[in-house]
Amino acid sequence: MSWRVATVVALRDQSPTARSIYLDVPGWPGHAAGQHVDVRLTAPDGYTAVRSYSIASAVDGDGVELTVEQLADGEVSPYLGSELVVGDLLEIRGPIGGWFVWRPDQREPIQLIAGGSGVVPLLAIARSHSAAGNQSPIRLLYSVREPTSVIHSAELEELARRDDGLILTYAFTRSAPPGWNRPPGRVDAALLADSTWPTELSPTCYVCGPTGFVETVADLLVGAGHDPARVRTERFGPTGGIR
Amino acid sequence: MGIISRGFSGRRREHDPNLPPGQYLTDDFPVLSAGPTPRVPLDEWQFTITTESGQQHDWNWASFTALPTEQITVDLHCVTRWSKLGTAWEGVSLDTLFADVESAADYALVRSYGGYTTNLPVDDLLDGKAWVAFRYDGDDLAPAHGGPARLLVPHLYLWKSAKWVRGIELSDDDEPGFWESAGYHNYGDPWREQRYWGE
Repeated sequence: MSWRVATVVALRDQSPTARSIYLDVPGWPGHAAGQHVDVRLTAPDGYTAVRSYSIASAVDGDGVELTVEQLADGEVSPYLGSELVVGDLLEIRGPIGGWFVWRPDQREPIQLIAGGSGVVPLLAIARSHSAAGNQSPIRLLYSVREPTSVIHSAELEELARRDDGLILTYAFTRSAPPGWNRPPGRVDAALLADSTWPTELSPTCYVCGPTGFVETVADLLVGAGHDPARVRTERFGPTGGIR
Repeated sequence: MGIISRGFSGRRREHDPNLPPGQYLTDDFPVLSAGPTPRVPLDEWQFTITTESGQQHDWNWASFTALPTEQITVDLHCVTRWSKLGTAWEGVSLDTLFADVESAADYALVRSYGGYTTNLPVDDLLDGKAWVAFRYDGDDLAPAHGGPARLLVPHLYLWKSAKWVRGIELSDDDEPGFWESAGYHNYGDPWREQRYWGE
């Protein structure tokens, strides 16, 4: 898999700590929703640092959109989040990953469950589903700390406005908007029962977020009767105390 | 060398000779799995080696933990680029488990509870290179990290160290496992940076 030189064509802040990077990648071979790319930075002395980032966009010619959450102690994400400007070049390779993907020939219902910036590959699935005109019902439960932590709200709400479009539910863990119908709190069995497809529909579930979130949600889904083979997970970040 | 990234200097770094190319150090122990964490009750746990002629060697939890164990301190290298040095495990050497196994097979397919698989040459399991580990850092191995027991093959990228291991099938043919069928390297040597197909 070879490195390609991408040009930054646009940048957009999504939240105080996340921003989208729109790349033009000549000869991009296309990707499946849910896949990621490696991004390589090179210092003047030849030192390199590589990290993986999920693709946020559906296939669209040579265009690739990444959304990067800045980690306070990160080496690559602070550069991508603060230093990078339009016109800069980035080296990327990919697409990578063959399991946490959705393909337009899938016909079963789709259940997406995101924790924080784990929404990025799930947005790619929702966008690909819409672009393909796929008729399978699709639903997203998106858990975030507080309203200002929501990223890609405009795109998600646009997808939710379409006929037979995405069914979108936000869940807030720390503070909710005024008048919200559920007090802030972590995702639990009751919320999943209210806001996700029932097991009888045999959806494929895609769960992405921090490790502790994904562990909890995947356990709850299996406990509710979902076939573990239909629960695909992608985890990032520290272990959150799991031992 | 690639193109220079304007304004990027990277962290001040000292070269750690224990760190393979393209890896960074972490003190944390990240969890990466493709699906839910299986919960395997010890009274149902079983580990089976199946030879190319179909002969089976089985252990239950009691007979497995009655085998001689080894204390292992090794470095872990994950293909997602983190490395964790000096991790302490207790487990049973594959040399012990293979002591009575009659086989001339070249390849092993490792199977886990939950359906995960990974493949590697039999040579990479023997001669003190691999263990079935069931304790980490002095405690029982947590389910999220592969408990009750996981394979530990620290000289290859960590996806080869199958969590929730339940058996090894020996064969004359090399059959790609879960990640090996999904774009990752068939062998996975971190010192040669064999992350993806064709590297």
